[in-house]
Amino acid sequence: MKGRVLIVDDDLALAEMLGIVLRGEGLDVVHVADGSAAVGAFRDHKPDLILLDVMLPGLDGIQVCRRIRAESGVPIVMLTARTDTVDIVVGLESGADDYVVKPFKPAELIARVRARLRRGEEAEPERLEIGDLAIDVAGHSVTRDGKQIPLTPLEFDLLVALARKPWQVYTREVLLEQVWGYRHAGDTRLVNVHVQRLRSKIEHDPEDPKIVVTVRGVGYKAGPGG
Amino acid sequence: MRRLLRGLLAPWRRSLQLRVVASTVLLGILAISLLGAYLFQKVADGLTEDRIGYAEREAAVLAARAQTAFDQTDATGDISEFNNFASGAIVALAPPANDTSRYVVFLRSQDNTNAVRLDTVLTGGLRTSPVPVAMREAISSDVGRQQRMVIDLDRSELVGEPSANWARARIPAVIVGQQIQVPTAGPYDLYFIYPLDREQATMDLIRRLFLIGGLLLVTLVGGIAWLVTRQVVNPVRRAAGVAERLAAGHLNERMSARGADDLALLGTSFNGMADHLQSQIRQLEDLSRVQQVFVSDVSHELRTPLTTIRMAADLIHEGRGEFSPALGRSAELLNTELDRFEALLADLLEISRFDAGAAALELDRVDLGALAERVVQAAAPLADKRGSTVTVDVAPGGVFADADARRVERIVRNLLVNAIEHGEGLPVTIRVAANSTAAAIAVHDLGVGLRPGEASLVFNRFWRADPARARTTGGTGLGLAISLEDARLHDGWLQAWGEAGRGSVFRLTLPRVAGEPIGESPLPLAPEPTDVDATTRLRPVRLTETR
Repeated sequence: MKGRVLIVDDDLALAEMLGIVLRGEGLDVVHVADGSAAVGAFRDHKPDLILLDVMLPGLDGIQVCRRIRAESGVPIVMLTARTDTVDIVVGLESGADDYVVKPFKPAELIARVRARLRRGEEAEPERLEIGDLAIDVAGHSVTRDGKQIPLTPLEFDLLVALARKPWQVYTREVLLEQVWGYRHAGDTRLVNVHVQRLRSKIEHDPEDPKIVVTVRGVGYKAGPGG
Repeated sequence: MRRLLRGLLAPWRRSLQLRVVASTVLLGILAISLLGAYLFQKVADGLTEDRIGYAEREAAVLAARAQTAFDQTDATGDISEFNNFASGAIVALAPPANDTSRYVVFLRSQDNTNAVRLDTVLTGGLRTSPVPVAMREAISSDVGRQQRMVIDLDRSELVGEPSANWARARIPAVIVGQQIQVPTAGPYDLYFIYPLDREQATMDLIRRLFLIGGLLLVTLVGGIAWLVTRQVVNPVRRAAGVAERLAAGHLNERMSARGADDLALLGTSFNGMADHLQSQIRQLEDLSRVQQVFVSDVSHELRTPLTTIRMAADLIHEGRGEFSPALGRSAELLNTELDRFEALLADLLEISRFDAGAAALELDRVDLGALAERVVQAAAPLADKRGSTVTVDVAPGGVFADADARRVERIVRNLLVNAIEHGEGLPVTIRVAANSTAAAIAVHDLGVGLRPGEASLVFNRFWRADPARARTTGGTGLGLAISLEDARLHDGWLQAWGEAGRGSVFRLTLPRVAGEPIGESPLPLAPEPTDVDATTRLRPVRLTETR
């Protein structure tokens, strides 16, 4: 695995340990301990992935996540000590792609990192259409009437997964496997939150979605658009 | 009929006001009726007495006049002439033809044995004598005294008088009689009958007035009762409304308490109670919040170093091949015990979250059959290790319920892992079924089972079937306690059945629609005896089929 990971965590022991594990996987590691330094470090080092602790001195993880998300779609994996629904949902809504709950095993972390770095390696030239959106899979762009809609890589993957087989209903579990790379059960809230984020960017009326449609009790599918 | 009665009784039970007004009106009717009847009787008696006195005086005068007429006559020679004279004298006592206020009856006395007989005279169109025998006897036995009596006079058969002349044909009448001495013919009875027409009319009027007055009075009393109870009931109703809103969680609701009367006192005490409750609840909420924050902090503070330890232990564990045997084994122990520690910490935090009331449901429509299959798949490695086969039996058509998939999955996982671990390698069955109100998942194993009384203990925290037994299984001792809390959060049931040697059944029942009552679980808790026998008999066959 190649790439650069920015670790934002105030716990030096854990940060060092994370560094050891990630370097063991062949990744480049940069560390900052302070939330307020995180955005600057992101701009300086242009990491391929950010591991972000939620509880940080200076600026907390949620705010850091929002600021970075405002200027980049870089994959962000949150490290959280809380399993409370609200904390996780707030974290995801601030723009995190995925999260791992402390304490985690190295293998679990590496799987999450790998899943987020895996993408964008080789993409066949492919063009998809869903509703009034045109998707260029290789070029990672979604356009409506020639105007580009900025999506994070994860949102893009989610849209492509749905658009490849329009009318097929995807359960949240299948989407977790295809988009997030969970081989076993994952947290279906990941799907819910990211579908909401995706809708807010691509739907004409996010309250009445036409492109990503909910199938109650089952999951989601790509609609005819409109 | 019974339904009608219940329909009438329901508002009766519900409304204090209705009860008070109804009882007041009923009691009012009773009191006014008794009083009215008494007064009416008094008035009637007085009127009759008056009439009797008048009748007695008039009768005495008229009788004296008749006696004088008879005494002075000399027409006693010829019987028919004397008869004519007697009739004339008696008819003269009667009022003019169109006056019906008095009838005269002239009768031969009962004890008259004289040979000379005069005709009976009846005036006013009377056909027969209405004089009762008792009166005639009384006159004969007490000669010279006036007798009186009130009789029921039937005027329907009067000669020449259409009955329509009277308001009623039958009427009470005062009858006054005495004996007069007729020369040569001996003693004769002379009766004067006074119908109480006027008195009756007066009584009718009074009765009507009494009825109207009584009705008005009862209505008035009912109205007053209604107004008075309203004054009491309305504040009580308001208090009930405020209490309801308080109970619904609007802790700032208060009653208005103005004035210094009993109702103001009620309002004041009520508000005092509400204040007290509110402060208690606030205090509890604060405690709960402190607890939650504490749990959350502990969680964070413990988890971060534990993560570092975990990762370090993992690295050490991976490299254990390079260590001496003692170090290598230590690395293994470190790893497994860290697993246990982590599980215990996670469960403890979960339990304290329930205790703090911080656990919340995330409801969705969940396919329980698919969920059970997922759990079975995830538990397959453990089942393989123990040699148990797990079968899932989902009712046709699938089973859906409003539930928190994560929590239900955790419950089923706990139950299945328990069943496999205590199932002694025998088959485990998961049944999923639903009825109109509830959905259920039952996990049935054929292992050691439960001893009597243990079915209620298994959900206790850190409870072990046999404290002396080595803790071979990896559970934290909190799994079932958490499952029970998860089930309660859904307003569901989690129940256990077990018999030593026959295995055990753990059944989760959830309402199909969140918030609706369950009613009855769609699956039996205890298996049918034949069920177990059949399963036991099938066991070897099933094993050969699956292997």
